[in-house]
Amino acid sequence: MERNQSALNKQISIDEAMKHFRDGMTLMIGGFGGVGAPPTLINAILEKGIKDIHMISNDTGFPWIGPGKLITEKRVSRLIASHIGSNPEAGKQMQAGELEVEFVPQGTLVEKMRAGGMGLGGILVDVGLGTVVEKGKEKVFIAEKEYMIEPSLTADVSIVYAQKADVYGNLIYDKSARNTNPLVAMAGNITIAEVEEIVPAGSLDPECVITPGVYVDYIVQSKGVDWKWVWELNQESK
Amino acid sequence: MGLGIESRKQIARRAALEIGQGMTVNLGIGIPTLVADFIPSELGVMLHTENGILGMGPSPEEGKEDGNLSNAGGYPVTVIPGASYFDSATAFGIIRRGLLDITILGALEVSEKGDIANWIVPGKRVPGMGGAIDLAQKAKKVIVLMNHTDKEGNPKIVKECKLPLTVKEGAHMIITERAVIDCADGKLMLREVMYPYTVEEVVASTGAPLTISENIKVFQ
Repeated sequence: MERNQSALNKQISIDEAMKHFRDGMTLMIGGFGGVGAPPTLINAILEKGIKDIHMISNDTGFPWIGPGKLITEKRVSRLIASHIGSNPEAGKQMQAGELEVEFVPQGTLVEKMRAGGMGLGGILVDVGLGTVVEKGKEKVFIAEKEYMIEPSLTADVSIVYAQKADVYGNLIYDKSARNTNPLVAMAGNITIAEVEEIVPAGSLDPECVITPGVYVDYIVQSKGVDWKWVWELNQESK
Repeated sequence: MGLGIESRKQIARRAALEIGQGMTVNLGIGIPTLVADFIPSELGVMLHTENGILGMGPSPEEGKEDGNLSNAGGYPVTVIPGASYFDSATAFGIIRRGLLDITILGALEVSEKGDIANWIVPGKRVPGMGGAIDLAQKAKKVIVLMNHTDKEGNPKIVKECKLPLTVKEGAHMIITERAVIDCADGKLMLREVMYPYTVEEVVASTGAPLTISENIKVFQ
């Protein structure tokens, strides 16, 4: 698949976006605990029946939130993440041998994503030395300090959630919903941004752009978050 | 047996005393989250979150929550004047670069040498390490808040951790519902007992040797 070369208007429909998804793909998803995960694209992946996904994501959200939905529906066969604790379904599938999980310390995981987006082969990191993280890792010494070599991460497709985009795909995020999204956006061979508000080119202050549009191949209009957050459910049950 | 809210608050209140003027601090999930309520605002402390906030403020009033403004546990928060948002790579750059003065986190076991185990019980609970290894290895001061014993009454402070480690020799201080213990030079020093526990009760429920401080105090 080639990157979208059209700089004029990268907006496509959800159906067109879905042409880039297939069984067995490596899919990187933005978000942190489901906050900042793209709801409309995740629903479309479920509807299209995509399965055997090799997912790369900070975490697995909650069973009904964000990337957690793909886990609950058993669409993911392999996962690279830092944490699955808020999604018991992920733990269950892992223990049953249905889901292969590679845990990476959070800071290392997001930096591996960033390195992928920056065109680097990998990073040198000492976080996790002296723990199981060290197992099987290649090591180097720089100025007499020990580091593990951690290869960078890229994906067939990256999906992210942004608050605002111009038609070129310059992205602005909202508060802590930024989280892993800028890193995930840079690491996709194809990057699709789901956006709350799409504006004409020239409407965004270039100083305020967080992800330069060159990293973004397509933008789709979001239908908004359609799940209830844990704290909303807690309030309702009071 | 889980701790009652008063014990949890007592631990959090004691932990907050470790936080000084202008510090950058990360609070973990559970009892550490409660510490925020006991940090005086005049200290100008900046709370850091792994998802990408520096300058996190208290929970919003009910009805004022924003789904796009939350802590690392996914719960709604606010920001204080001087706050900033950034991506998670920067959040962890701040940690690795050594800019966190204190991280306060929970644990399953802490050893005499200050080893911490807090992310996995193999075969039982395998949530993943999240940011715990980054935080425990890189913050200038690591404070562990936890129950003194597990559900069966076994000590959680032990000679050697049985569970896979989060960090080797990482803890500087342990605060439980029974005691305040310093970890330094591979040894544990009992500095304070938490009211109403006695030194004898603390020693009896600790699985590693404790040196008793010469000017041991009681924390109310």
